[in-house]
Amino acid sequence: MSDVIYSRPKSLNNISTHYCPGCGHGIAHRLIAEVVDELNIRESVIGVTPIGCAVIAYDYWNFDCSEAAHGRALAVATAIKRVRPQNIVFTYQGDGDLAAIGTNETIHAANRGENLTCIFINNAVYGMTGGQMAPTTLLGQKTATTITGRDQKLHGYPLKISEMLALLPGVKYIERVAMDSPQGILKAKKAIRLAFENQINNAGFSLVELLSPCPTYWGVSPKEALRWIKEEMTKVFPPGRIK
Amino acid sequence: MVNPKPKKILLSGNEAIAEGAIQAGCQFYAGYPITPQNELTAYMAKHMPENNRIFIQSESETAAINMVYGASAAGARAMTSSSSPGISLKQEGISYLAGAELPAVIVNIMRAGPGLGNIWPSQADYFQATRGGGHGDYRCIVLAPSSVQEAYGQMFKAFELADKYRNPVMILGDGLLGQMMEPVEIVKAEGLDAKYDKPWAVTGCKGRERNITKSFHMNEGDLEKANLILQKKYAGIQKKEQDWEEFLIKDAKIVIVAYGSMARIAKGLVRKLRQGGMRIGLIRPVTLWPFPVKAFANRKPKVSNRKFLVVEMSYGQMVEDVRLSLEGSSKVEFLGRSGGGVLTQAQILRKIKALL
Ligand SMILES: Cc1ncc(C[n+]2csc(CCOP(=O)(O)OP(=O)(O)O)c2C)c(N)n1
Ligand code: SF4
Repeated sequence: MSDVIYSRPKSLNNISTHYCPGCGHGIAHRLIAEVVDELNIRESVIGVTPIGCAVIAYDYWNFDCSEAAHGRALAVATAIKRVRPQNIVFTYQGDGDLAAIGTNETIHAANRGENLTCIFINNAVYGMTGGQMAPTTLLGQKTATTITGRDQKLHGYPLKISEMLALLPGVKYIERVAMDSPQGILKAKKAIRLAFENQINNAGFSLVELLSPCPTYWGVSPKEALRWIKEEMTKVFPPGRIK
Repeated sequence: MVNPKPKKILLSGNEAIAEGAIQAGCQFYAGYPITPQNELTAYMAKHMPENNRIFIQSESETAAINMVYGASAAGARAMTSSSSPGISLKQEGISYLAGAELPAVIVNIMRAGPGLGNIWPSQADYFQATRGGGHGDYRCIVLAPSSVQEAYGQMFKAFELADKYRNPVMILGDGLLGQMMEPVEIVKAEGLDAKYDKPWAVTGCKGRERNITKSFHMNEGDLEKANLILQKKYAGIQKKEQDWEEFLIKDAKIVIVAYGSMARIAKGLVRKLRQGGMRIGLIRPVTLWPFPVKAFANRKPKVSNRKFLVVEMSYGQMVEDVRLSLEGSSKVEFLGRSGGGVLTQAQILRKIKALL
């Protein structure tokens, strides 16, 4: 007799992704799929997908999903949840989507205390459009639009939107996790699970910020990208429970 | 079930649109304040929750239209309302609704532009409403009420058409109509929203394959295929849904063409001039898209040298559709004002006299 201890979650389709080697999106997708399976909510969950590298996340997940215009995922999710409070609704958004073009929707959905789960992928760049500066780009970080590195005098500081959101009374739970190691990935899964459980328990707005590698536009190897998260990104975006 | 004894209540155009939406089974409303449509949002704020429906004052027009997108994706009858600058902000969202083939109703109570313009009535958003407004090859069905009662009734039609064609529908009114008070015959109707199954909605995939609502088609050729499906749908709408009103045109030497509030003013003038024996009539487009080409094309009027006079609260937008429909077969004149001024009957009469 042998026991199956690891298999593809039912919530994940059996196709390969379009992500670059070492990208964090695929890992985050899988963690969400595992949590959805474990909480037995595949048939009631509705994902709202972003515009960004994860634009076709709905192709990878095996449950209902709706596309949202760039930055508007939390407006779309607000309405889906209000119309169908019996369903579990989550958004999956990059830093450009959630913290630049969509900042207004993000702040106001959180401030209304919408009973939603938000998975926020912070990879410090715009992946989809070719590695431009994101609101979360670190000072000194070179991107396609900060050729000599981000300079606070010209570009402002890395935006800590999770800390900002934590100030809002409508927000129940915010945690930042670095996906820089197997331990980090296990922690990320725990946080994602809690963010979904909160919604099931009608607790209000939950957000998990995942520090996620983009080796392609950081111009480094997948391994080096993990080191950069651990040693550079976490200095500005310290992991841990924010609220 | 329709109530056998309809009652009449006094409502402004804005309130009538809101009440009509509620009676037509609107389950979700999101909006952001802007004059001259604020009474609509206020009416919804009060009456949607009373009827167990959802009302959200959104953080912006952008958020509102994207909320409508979400509510519609989840299977609800959903609407938003605004006025010109706010409608400009909604254009990306309307394009997404059209691309994802999601039903929705959008009300534009037009004010004068461009820019902040002012809060007085205007019809200068005709191009924006009928040509797409947002990006891509798409169309909105556009209805133009010219009385408070008609505004009320068109809400039933708007939700019906939206569901039938899985397409955004716009009600294009103006500040005059929005603010005007008139008695409205109220129709109590139930279950209208249940007429159309929405097997495509995202409701959780229990007992079926997963659903995806989206407008993105990356694989080569896919978007073209999707666009051709839309074009076929639009051609069907153009064939079946053209609607217009004709008033005393049979022997008319001059036919005024006007929609919305302007048509109302023009109709009053036609009545007056007929009493004086002047051979004058009116064509009032009710659907602006599809434009009622059939009201103009191949009609072969008995009257020789018939002239058309298009009057608009703009510097000439619908007049282009009238010209396209007539294909050069009659002379088309234009009279317009834009910037908050409403054309008076005296101004229209002066133009008519110059044409005779
Ligand atoms: C209105 C609008 N503006 C700009 C774009 C182009 N665009 C697509 S994705 C993107 C940024 C993506 O960055 P992020 O949200 O950080 O996600 P990532 O690709 O890094 O996962 C931009 C600017 C768009 N699709 N729509
Ligand atoms: S560009 Fe970056 S975020 Fe996008 S798929 Fe590649 S590694 Fe991932």
